[in-house]
Amino acid sequence: MSKNFSLRSLLVRPEVATFLMFLAIMIGFYIANERFLDARNIRIVMGITPEYIIVAIGIAILMISGEFDLSVGSVFALVPMTIVQMVHQGIPPWFAIFLGLMIGIIVGFVNGFITLRFGIPSFIATLGMLYIARSLTTVATAGFPPPFPHILPNELFVYQFELFRASLYWALLVAVVLGVMLHRSNVGNWIYATGGDQNAASSMGIKTGNVKMFCFILCGFLAGFAGMIQTFRLEAPLPSQGYLLELESIAAAVIGGVSLFGGIGTVFGAVIGAILIRFLESGIIMARIDAEWFRAGLGSLIIIAVVFNTYISRRATRIGQNKAED
Amino acid sequence: MEDIIVCEGLNKYYSGVHALKDLSLKIKKDSVVGLIGDNGAGKSTLIKILSGAHQPDSGHIYFEGNKVKFKSTKEAMNLGIETIYQYSALIPEMSIARNIFIGREQTQYNVGSFGLMKTKTMQDDAMKALTDVELHLRSPDTPVNQLSGGERQGVVIARAMYFKSKVLILDEPTNHLSVKETNKVLKFVEGLKSQGVTSIFITHNLSHVYPIADHLCVMARGEKIADMEKKDTTIDHLTDLLVNG
Repeated sequence: MSKNFSLRSLLVRPEVATFLMFLAIMIGFYIANERFLDARNIRIVMGITPEYIIVAIGIAILMISGEFDLSVGSVFALVPMTIVQMVHQGIPPWFAIFLGLMIGIIVGFVNGFITLRFGIPSFIATLGMLYIARSLTTVATAGFPPPFPHILPNELFVYQFELFRASLYWALLVAVVLGVMLHRSNVGNWIYATGGDQNAASSMGIKTGNVKMFCFILCGFLAGFAGMIQTFRLEAPLPSQGYLLELESIAAAVIGGVSLFGGIGTVFGAVIGAILIRFLESGIIMARIDAEWFRAGLGSLIIIAVVFNTYISRRATRIGQNKAED
Repeated sequence: MEDIIVCEGLNKYYSGVHALKDLSLKIKKDSVVGLIGDNGAGKSTLIKILSGAHQPDSGHIYFEGNKVKFKSTKEAMNLGIETIYQYSALIPEMSIARNIFIGREQTQYNVGSFGLMKTKTMQDDAMKALTDVELHLRSPDTPVNQLSGGERQGVVIARAMYFKSKVLILDEPTNHLSVKETNKVLKFVEGLKSQGVTSIFITHNLSHVYPIADHLCVMARGEKIADMEKKDTTIDHLTDLLVNG
């Protein structure tokens, strides 16, 4: 019975379901086209995935704390654009990077401040920020996308090794550090508690406002950092960069088992969710299906994941209720 | 027996409504006090003040003979006053062990007040805390939403015991529980007395608190209308007070 139960409790973990879904998709596309898992294709897909992984982790942690950030796509463009423009103004590259990343932090802070101070849904506060930050990015381009200044240390972030880019190792570093933070540290416990039941958490003495603010800032910072990596990889700062990324990163988090209502999710799930989306995109192209089907595939995946997770959590709750009736 | 909590002339207004009127109350150490009253009688206001969640507009509170002024629930908890709310004190999706240590995690490699949790120690201590209140559950990693209502209250009481609470305020702990689960919770509370814990049991259901209470206090319209030892009263008398104020 007890062994039986532990297997079941493993299977009801949402990120495990995501991982199984991931394997199914990988095998399915491999059957459709063997070259799907060639080193060449993996190199291409994993070259662009790290940027999405980093944003998805930030979104996932913020969602676990019970809030949203729709402005990540715009911050993803604003931060690198600012860095590039500052370097063109003669600011030393590392200082420009520092200031640019600070902008991500400031946007996160403003999102958090507006949400928490005025008690409005973060959905609205960050929707406003989505437009504001995108507008600022376009203004900062001064009408024409600036050239990429090659004195920026972009190789450090995106150097192409044999199979992977340096950015993947940065993404893994982010995942490990924040995974330990979320799952092993007391701060992580506060984040889950805040998102799980804010009243209960604050009655236990947790400063839930501070916890959420920390998650907003972290999310803004990671979105900016990831955007910087993309610009460094493309060697071109585009004002349209990160368009619709806010929805895609929420999709990654949700596919990875993060709950829309907070309190549930893992860093691992968000990472798998982000990778899965990129391989889905690549797989559809490799299988010679019209690329327009990618969005339909992604949409179906989101719905399947959430339906499945809802079913699982209802089952889990029913176990408790049955026991109460015994 | 000495008094662990003494309230003198507490008043509280909520945007013009006089929610608590000149309330004075003495609570004896190691006793179970039943605080009863209908909805809107001021019970919740009183416990919010005692637990540090709200501050009185006037009046004084003495804890173990010292005058205290709580600015937050954390301050009250640090002195050993722990409040158990009907449902909100546990995070359903989190494990028993994590719930027991919310906000008071055992950590190592600390940087300031942040650190990594000692997961194993927390799991072992959680199991021990549960056993201490005679609650035998399978694993400290079970999410709380898989427990029955009575078991959940048991976890909350175990948590309060583990952190050496001196006073436990229980806000309607038997609300929405089946008869069997209610009896479980009453047994937990009765067991607290012998372990040197004072409990304040808030309910509008007299039949729940009467069997285990030493002292009963009836409130109506923000005022205390009766305050007596159980031996000086009967369940009929109390019912009459509750109904007719």
